[in-house]
Amino acid sequence: MSTLTTSTFGKSSRSSDGFTIVKAKHPGRWIAAGVLLALVALVLYSVFTNDRFGWPVVAYYFTDFSIARGLLITLELTVISMVIGMALGVILAVMRLSPNPVVRMAAAAYVYFFRGTPVLVQLLFWYNLAALYPTINLGILGLQFDANAVITPMFAAILGLGLNQGAYMSEIVRAGLLSVDSGQVEAAGALGINRFHTLRRIVLPQAMRVIIPPTGNETIGMLKTTSLVSVLAVPEVLYSAQVIYARTFDTIPLLIVASLWYIVVTTVLSIGQYYLERHFARGSQRELPPTPLQKIAYLFRVHDRRLPVSTKTDQENSR
Amino acid sequence: MTMQAEPAEAQAASGSNRMIWADAIHKSYGRNDVLKGIDLEVAAGEVVCLIGPSGSGKSTFLRCMNHLETVDDGIMWVAGRVVGYEMKGDRLHEQSYAQVCRSRTKIGMVFQHFNLFPHMTVLGNIMEAPTVALRQKKSVVRERAMRLLEQVGLAEKAQHYPRQLSGGQQQRVAIARALCMEPSLMLFDEPTSALDPELVGEVLKVMKDLARTGMTMVVVTHEMNFARDMADRVVFMDGGVIVEEGPAAELITNPRHPRTKEFLASVL
Ligand SMILES: Nc1ncnc2c1ncn2[C@@H]1O[C@H](COP(=O)(O)OP(=O)(O)OP(=O)(O)O)[C@@H](O)[C@H]1O
Ligand SMILES: [Mg+2]
Repeated sequence: MSTLTTSTFGKSSRSSDGFTIVKAKHPGRWIAAGVLLALVALVLYSVFTNDRFGWPVVAYYFTDFSIARGLLITLELTVISMVIGMALGVILAVMRLSPNPVVRMAAAAYVYFFRGTPVLVQLLFWYNLAALYPTINLGILGLQFDANAVITPMFAAILGLGLNQGAYMSEIVRAGLLSVDSGQVEAAGALGINRFHTLRRIVLPQAMRVIIPPTGNETIGMLKTTSLVSVLAVPEVLYSAQVIYARTFDTIPLLIVASLWYIVVTTVLSIGQYYLERHFARGSQRELPPTPLQKIAYLFRVHDRRLPVSTKTDQENSR
Repeated sequence: MTMQAEPAEAQAASGSNRMIWADAIHKSYGRNDVLKGIDLEVAAGEVVCLIGPSGSGKSTFLRCMNHLETVDDGIMWVAGRVVGYEMKGDRLHEQSYAQVCRSRTKIGMVFQHFNLFPHMTVLGNIMEAPTVALRQKKSVVRERAMRLLEQVGLAEKAQHYPRQLSGGQQQRVAIARALCMEPSLMLFDEPTSALDPELVGEVLKVMKDLARTGMTMVVVTHEMNFARDMADRVVFMDGGVIVEEGPAAELITNPRHPRTKEFLASVL
């Protein structure tokens, strides 16, 4: 029996150290890829032959000093607002899960108000806070400030973006906390680990797997939402572009400059997110997922790995 | 809540070598009376197995011993102290969570589903509580953790993550994790029920080794062979009460109560 199989198999596909696996061919894949590449080529042709895109102007302003400075402010706003948002988000999420109903409701009310109003309105509101409270009085410290002096456009921007983000982050963090098996909290409790350490060392790290993907999206969203603060005349990247085109009338090229920078930063953030997810996946998967380059390599590989000889022998023995 | 502690008895509890004294424990979930007055004493160094049909309240009773469940009525003493309460004169003051945690550091617990921390290595799992809850030095804890891993036969898995281990190996890590707190009492809630039959033996062996060291153990189990060989006493629970208890060999081979007979006939 086993000699027969060996001889019939042996002719076509057996090499000295085992079988060579030839993967299935996928003609559909290649056709779809071809059609899409042709469409992309058409669009690119139009983009690069239409003079009104003003590519030389784009190139000129792409590394302009005021644009670079604007980019720095955009990044600063994104980072600070997200940090405030995440800190608030964790605090609010823990409050939402508190056994104390007053604490729970306070957190719910916060989320209700900040999610219920557009962030642009909130920004304008903070910017005009001086109209509501002309002086800010920190009674306990005996300090008093002029609201107009404290609430600079930048401060209003950070306050508006950060507080609003806190509401969204709290929902994300809450979903993450709820995703952790209750047995984990129980095991930590049985070991005498207190609530704070259980949250910080046991629950949050596991919740991260659920928290990080949407937080990555939120960060990218925040990067673009910062463009709203151009209405407060904060010189971030869009406002800097607007200042230039108000002078030179190169509207489209400068909007392209701003867009390109947003895309560049988004790309960097996406890559960062990917590796962060890989980091927090440890322990949850037996093997880490492949990097993007490895995935592309798999897709176009024709010959799969060779099966070791032992597998082949097992197969024959089981016949 | 009607709890009265007689000072004389309290002294007796702390003075004797009684590790656990459950005094008329009642517990209900809504209208479901799960524990209907359970009395049990466990001496230090004793190994007691709790057996009984599903839903009889074994887990609930076990979890009352480390305050994972609160007792509705009756008093649970462990190591001479009331579980979950601070006794001042004839009053019992409910403990803060921090105080509860402090008492729990002396009681190890092993769960049916292991509940290892999946984001930490085996060594990390074992070292976490001693360093965080007992604030012991890392170097000291690591040494003890490695010795325990050696004891449960998993020294070479120290840097693995729980997901990379078999169920039996995970449960042995969970036992080492509990032991690294140097508890004076170990609670086991069906430690082998989630395991493939061929992995049960390796966990039972670790538990037998532990029993021989004189550790006080309360074990909820369906492993009648383990109960017969290792337990000093077997307690049969049904419907929230203790139906029968006695020396292991006697109760298992020669049960007196008809319900015990019926249950043993169904599992043996
Ligand atoms: N958190 C809870 N809320 C409500 N009811 C509960 C809860 N935990 C347990 N019960 C009920 O209490 C009863 C006893 O449960 P318990 O887990 O103590 O039984 P057990 O003897 O351990 O059973 P098993 O052998 O299946 O583990 C069951 O009827 C169960 O439905
Ligand atoms: Mg149970």
